[in-house]
Amino acid sequence: MNEGESRVDVTRENEGTGAMTEEPTTADHDDAVAGGDVPAPAVVLELDRLNVFYGDFHAVRDVSLPIHEHEITALIGPSGCGKSTVLRCFNRMNDLIETARVEGAVNYHGVDLYAPDIDPVQVRRHIGMVFQKPNPFPKSIYDNIAYGPRIGGFSGNLDDLVEESLTRAALFDEVKDKLQESAFALSGGQQQRLCIARAIATSPDVVLMDEPCSALDPIATLRIEELMQELKDDYTIVIVTHNMQQAARVSDRTAFFNVQVGETGQRTGHLVEYDETGKIFTNPGERATEEYITGRFG
Amino acid sequence: MALTDTSPQTMDLTGDPKRLAREARVRRVFLAASVISIVVSVAIILSLVGEAWNFLTKIELGDLNENGWFPRRGRFQILALIVHTLVISAIAMAVAAPLGLGAAIYLSEYARPNVRRVLKPSLEVLAGIPSVVLGFFALTFITPNVVKNLFSSASQSNFLAAGIAVGVLIVPLVASVSEDAMRAVPTAMREASYGLGAKRWHTSLRVVVPAAISGIVAAMILAVSRAIGETMIVALAAGTNGIMTLSPLDGGLTMTGAMAQLAIGSDQVAGAVAAFQSLFFVGLVLFFMTFALNVLSERVVRRFRNKY
Ligand SMILES: Nc1ncnc2c1ncn2[C@@H]1O[C@H](COP(=O)(O)OP(=O)(O)OP(=O)(O)O)[C@@H](O)[C@H]1O
Ligand SMILES: [Mg+2]
Repeated sequence: MNEGESRVDVTRENEGTGAMTEEPTTADHDDAVAGGDVPAPAVVLELDRLNVFYGDFHAVRDVSLPIHEHEITALIGPSGCGKSTVLRCFNRMNDLIETARVEGAVNYHGVDLYAPDIDPVQVRRHIGMVFQKPNPFPKSIYDNIAYGPRIGGFSGNLDDLVEESLTRAALFDEVKDKLQESAFALSGGQQQRLCIARAIATSPDVVLMDEPCSALDPIATLRIEELMQELKDDYTIVIVTHNMQQAARVSDRTAFFNVQVGETGQRTGHLVEYDETGKIFTNPGERATEEYITGRFG
Repeated sequence: MALTDTSPQTMDLTGDPKRLAREARVRRVFLAASVISIVVSVAIILSLVGEAWNFLTKIELGDLNENGWFPRRGRFQILALIVHTLVISAIAMAVAAPLGLGAAIYLSEYARPNVRRVLKPSLEVLAGIPSVVLGFFALTFITPNVVKNLFSSASQSNFLAAGIAVGVLIVPLVASVSEDAMRAVPTAMREASYGLGAKRWHTSLRVVVPAAISGIVAAMILAVSRAIGETMIVALAAGTNGIMTLSPLDGGLTMTGAMAQLAIGSDQVAGAVAAFQSLFFVGLVLFFMTFALNVLSERVVRRFRNKY
């Protein structure tokens, strides 16, 4: 891919920083310590005291959180605690919302994505996104996949890239005879895999997924979970999910968010606990986490 | 009403007769309204058809192929009127399609809400300019200052000036119908595009416009039909030449222009064979053209309607 080189540049420049920033972050928050003795993989993305506002509404307060390379990080928490809001900060999708304002830093290989000279368009070519509801374009299956590479100025063999992306998304066999047909003719689960294929066709570094299975049946869900496991060898994945079992099944680390109701009645989300998934689900450090994962609220 | 005499303990599920009667009256009022409008339309069409038939029986069919449109002299070359109408409509669309679509894309995809709050009403003001004003504007401003500056050979009354003015007239129509179609495209579609690293113009032109294409095409067709039917501008600025010409720098009668002339009476001669009735014939042709266009736009919308 043509942006491959620039990505390597960004990475190389900040390799050291990424590994260094990891320690202070986890140490800063004694209630959110990433346990375990195995050295964690390099940090790709890192939130540093992130605050998000929608107009006057303080939606998310002081979230600091590292995302490790080639891992699946799950964001869980009750509805309205700001999971989507946080996720959308990773690739500056919040820029699309007129009222949204972000404070703090989102470091990508040590570069603050909210620095003034950063182009969100470039950011999103490195950090792709899959949405809650499958949202294929009203175009053919082929053109859906080819869209990202085309606008990115891809100069290689588009047919091969489309086939490869669909194969990686475990969809190729089902659609290989109807690549020119409308993507709307696919089932919901197929559409979501198409959206995943579309996201990886631009060869991103990180893939963000906002409840990618919530519109799907259990079998389609399982397929997407398997897919995530396969994709994590090549990508770093951050997933928002409402489904506790899903988080436990697929993720390596889990961040639990909760809502705090302020004096003015504002429901502000914050990070309660962040740790290896096994630890969060077997031995959470916080009472709220335990109550949430055992289904006592949320 | 068989249950009205049931004992008080039984639930009475029958309607209050008064309410039912009122309901029925209201229904009849609305029915009458719709029937009257249909009857009026049918009556208009029938009278058009009747008079047009009268006209056709009074003339030789060959008169429709005579050179030029000169009703007083028994020359009824309807083709000349149609060609002139199409020339003006083409010029108008050449102005209105890019401007209207551009404005729609800007309003729907680029403008911040407060900018849109100012711009959209201004567009509607443009839509509210009486066409007689635009016709006068074409004659006294566009022709001398624009057309004659560019092409000194242009006649005083010319299709170019009239077409530009008609274009200005229909820009708001193109813009507002296209913008509605584009704003109906779900945000999820835009997010998908931005999420793939698309710039705004990519998203606008490659995702939103194709997704809204049925509405946009319908807007264009409606605009053509509006341009074909526009009368005042062409009556003022396109001239009265009845000889068929394709040159935008010449002037000439369009279908509506010819009808206006006949209706005003400047071409009406007592006892002239069929001259006055030709108005209805032209009207009928015009009606079929705009009717066909409206049906076409309906079809387009239904055929290509996206489920998203
Ligand atoms: N565009 C917006 N404008 C204003 N407020 C918003 C907007 N989007 C989200 N919010 C508010 O921000 C808070 C967090 O929303 P967010 O969508 O991030 O929650 P979530 O954790 O993803 O919830 P869910 O699990 O229901 O998807 C909510 O109170 C929501 O009402
Ligand atoms: Mg959400």
